[in-house]
Amino acid sequence: MVSRTSPLRPKRSPLLTGLMLLYLIYTLVPLLWLFLSATKTQGDLLASPGLWFGHRFALFANIRDTLTYDDGIFLRWLGNTLLYVVVGAGGATLLATAAGYGLAKYKFAGRRAVFAVLLGAVAVPGTALAVPTFLMFSNLGLTNTIWAIIIPSLVSPFGLYLMWVYASDAVPHDLLEAARIDGAGEVRIFFTVALRLLAPGIVTVLLFAVVSTWNNYFLPLIMLSKPNLYPLTVGLTQWSNQASGVGAHPIYNLVITGSLLTIVPLVVAFLLLQRFWQSGLAAGGVKQ
Amino acid sequence: MHRDTKGWVFVGPFLAVFTLTFLAPIGYAIYLSLFREQAFFGGNVFVGLDNYAEAIGDSKFWESFLRVLAFLVVQVPVMLILALLAALAIDSARLHGANFFRIVIFLPYAVPGVVAVLMWGFIYGNNFGLAADLNDLLGTTAIQPLSGHWMLPSIANIVTWEFVGYNMLIFYSALRTVPEELYEAAAIDGAGAMRTIRAVKLPALRGAVVIATIFSIIGSFQLFNEPNILRPLAPNVITTYYTPNMYAYNLSFAGQQFNYSATVAIVMGVITAVIAYVVQLRGSREAL
Repeated sequence: MVSRTSPLRPKRSPLLTGLMLLYLIYTLVPLLWLFLSATKTQGDLLASPGLWFGHRFALFANIRDTLTYDDGIFLRWLGNTLLYVVVGAGGATLLATAAGYGLAKYKFAGRRAVFAVLLGAVAVPGTALAVPTFLMFSNLGLTNTIWAIIIPSLVSPFGLYLMWVYASDAVPHDLLEAARIDGAGEVRIFFTVALRLLAPGIVTVLLFAVVSTWNNYFLPLIMLSKPNLYPLTVGLTQWSNQASGVGAHPIYNLVITGSLLTIVPLVVAFLLLQRFWQSGLAAGGVKQ
Repeated sequence: MHRDTKGWVFVGPFLAVFTLTFLAPIGYAIYLSLFREQAFFGGNVFVGLDNYAEAIGDSKFWESFLRVLAFLVVQVPVMLILALLAALAIDSARLHGANFFRIVIFLPYAVPGVVAVLMWGFIYGNNFGLAADLNDLLGTTAIQPLSGHWMLPSIANIVTWEFVGYNMLIFYSALRTVPEELYEAAAIDGAGAMRTIRAVKLPALRGAVVIATIFSIIGSFQLFNEPNILRPLAPNVITTYYTPNMYAYNLSFAGQQFNYSATVAIVMGVITAVIAYVVQLRGSREAL
């Protein structure tokens, strides 16, 4: 981080702050609406103004109903999401860290080819791959299993790129040479020496992998048809779709409360870890 | 650099999964696109490039393509300029509570896309939306975000809301890497705030802007979640081929036309890759 303590420090501007406040309101109003709506009964949702409380404060009743509706399927979806995130995002971080480190610190035959293939494939839109991936996984008998979600989540080209750039700077060659002279093997050096130096980069990659896995919608939508394997995103849209069509049975209050419950863990993770991921992003994410 | 094959130990696992989830589906999609399911006699017949010829003459495909192109041309500049202004404001030291702004403006990125769309969908709707509140307040019925004319801007608003903060953070990280000496040199030369932005900050941002532009273009061409989740609210406005991705998805999962769906996915993939490549070339040429 660059310090800004020079005597040239400019004055604070109320005009600029005011303009930014306008943008801040735009950012926050939908979230405020979501929170207020989660405190309302289904009747109050229709009868009270959107940006104020309803007649009855029903947040806790809504949370209880969300968690228990349909034999507690929401908790099942939450558990599935956590499983996909822990194994998928955790694995993606591990693979990206090892590969980024390998590309940054070893000059092996085929390194340039790896680089070319990665760049070429990353330009292909992910969702363009979804249908062929579905057909392939279907032939392999992997659709409607947790592996259909976990295996594609294990690859994070952005994570690899970030770790590559980060490892180039953060792990000095001299340190690796010193460890080698001490007789340590390459894998041991990675786990005992490199991992610690890479920590801020790893937190950043992990957090972004967690977000993309937690938010994943398209892949589970096509891969899964059993509701008891759904993650929260697909489950919530299914609840939402109950409100339209023949024999509609709207559960708006549960969709809204479920949405709020889906947001909270990620927002908390970002707020708690902000010092780490912001320094990782600043160090690794911007060198081209 | 360590010149041997040990690097493969670290890169190998990533590449193995990458091959299974990126390269194999690309190959499989190309294979599928060369065949056609026979309606009456059954079985798959090799048809060469016939599917591609069909796609080139397919008015549904081009309608969806031109729609995402129009979306891209308006939404991406608006989003990136807002992100750029926010990053410059937060970096300027003229803002009260800059850290607070930074973290709050970033927050929507932590909201799952699905939840963002469900939330905005409610807000747009007539039932208990803020759009209806606003109409009541103004005594009109003019604000109809889910109507035919407004749907694309309404979707653009959701995407903008979600991603301004993310791009802002990328730009902000790039600004933090500008050495303090450059600012001091600019100040000694008598440069004011605007001149410093033009001469020091914008050049430093160029790489980050190119990367953000490429990611945004890829994202626009892949547009799927937002229209697909809004579709139940406005089934007459959002067709099954509203975006190329929705078209490919519905061809597969509603129409069982897997071969043609793979063709559409490949055509979009090629177009996206070419445009991303051109932007990158232009961006790096100007940087020289």
